Amino acid sequence: MRALCWEGADTLAVRQVPDPELRNAQDMIVRVRRSVTCGADLPLLAGRVPHLAAGDVLGHEFLGDVVEVGPEVRRHRVADRVVVCAGIACGACWFCRQGLFACCDNGTTGTAGAEPEWGQPTGGCYGRPALLGGFAGSHAEFVRVPYADVGAFTVPDGVSDDRAVFASDAAPTGWMGAELGEVSPGDVVAVWGAGAVGQLTAAAARLRGADRVIVVDEHDERLRMVERHVGAEPLNYRYLDVPAELRERSGGRGPDVCVEAVGPAASPGLFAGRPGRRADGSPALREAVHSCRKGGTVVLLGTGTGFVDTFPLGAVLDKGLTVRGGRQHGQRWIPMLLERMARDELRTEHLATHRLPLERGAEGYALFRDRADGCVRAVFSP
Amino acid sequence: MARMGRLASGGLALVLAGGALALVRRHRHRPPTAAPDPRPGRWQVVTVAGRPEEVLPPGRWPEPLRRLDGAVELSARPAPGGRGTELAARPLSGEPTLPGLAAHLVGDDPGRFLRQALREAKQLVETGEVLRADRSRLDRPGTAG
Repeated sequence: MRALCWEGADTLAVRQVPDPELRNAQDMIVRVRRSVTCGADLPLLAGRVPHLAAGDVLGHEFLGDVVEVGPEVRRHRVADRVVVCAGIACGACWFCRQGLFACCDNGTTGTAGAEPEWGQPTGGCYGRPALLGGFAGSHAEFVRVPYADVGAFTVPDGVSDDRAVFASDAAPTGWMGAELGEVSPGDVVAVWGAGAVGQLTAAAARLRGADRVIVVDEHDERLRMVERHVGAEPLNYRYLDVPAELRERSGGRGPDVCVEAVGPAASPGLFAGRPGRRADGSPALREAVHSCRKGGTVVLLGTGTGFVDTFPLGAVLDKGLTVRGGRQHGQRWIPMLLERMARDELRTEHLATHRLPLERGAEGYALFRDRADGCVRAVFSP
Repeated sequence: MARMGRLASGGLALVLAGGALALVRRHRHRPPTAAPDPRPGRWQVVTVAGRPEEVLPPGRWPEPLRRLDGAVELSARPAPGGRGTELAARPLSGEPTLPGLAAHLVGDDPGRFLRQALREAKQLVETGEVLRADRSRLDRPGTAG
């Protein structure tokens, strides 16, 4: 089959690779209809993540048709149109039973990478190096889906591919941002980053009844999207003093909930900050902590945060802040998000600014990485 | 066959050691460190979502730990908060050096090997199978590409 392979730092190419095969009884194989670029891929693309090897297939946010099921798959049949959660989880361990699917104990085959960095291995993900997961990415004609009954969800007939594909990762991540912040009616919410995750965090905050939602970014075209499609207020930090604006727009209190959804583009890499390497300053996070009202909540969604120095820890203490973060537990929210998509409450297709064939994958990633041509997300159709 | 019951901190526990009972002292928790483990023969532990009798059935060690019978000791006891069972393993002598086949299987890092074996035993109980990685092109001779 054809797949978009990493060849080296900032180098991608479409290659012929072996078709995926059923490896476990709970697996199924999906023919990919849509697969999306994601900010979490950028450290991989740049070659900043250890263990990535030439020929590894990228991509983790996807939708497709079931073409083969393992003997233990119960919920899906051949020809089902499914969206697949980007995170791989078993659904049976203690963490999954608590709804913490991204913390699954059994979602990865490779523990060597995560254990030394984070203390414990976390759940799996498509399109990661073998030592950090073991599952090929979705920028390909076919993908193997482990724990298919847990991670794949049938898409309602009325929901388009371009809308439903964002239920794989960006939409549940955004929903989690609002949920971790416990956004409630009357809240003022500030979101740093107007990419897909930031916009969908803002949309989730609106759906949960927030009174004002303000999105901070530097790209005017993205901020116009925020106004038009989400109904949130734009705040361009290139022209405006963000802390002062947020104080003014929140009655001097500061936002109740501040969400960092900037992602890894602002970070030097997942493993920066290890001994001998430079740590990032994460200005968006620092600004969120600084701006948040006393007793408020700061949520971290930007994956690839790595090691961050110059963190204003004193503000967390003195202001009594709650700091939360996580990779999305999509298995918990995807059915609800698909229902909202079917009811037209949650619209996401505008995020697919560039629809390209897989053969133009390298071009799509360059547009996405450089924010060029108004690119929010490039969507590939194998 | 005996199984560890709930213990007070720092107390003594009965454990299964290669099919025989042994008395061992519980070790206080130590914080994780990036330095080489000064006690490579320490207990390696996973928490398994299941009752102790499911995780460590009487008279039968779970796969893949069974092949280490005689080289490691196992213990199983209820985890607090209804989280299942704490399943632990360590080299039988408390030393990293193991005899014969076990040494071959364990290699230079018995702690890592035991953690992997425990993870697989946990997966078998919790999901019914051990999750397998995709096979690479190198693992699949004769495939296209």
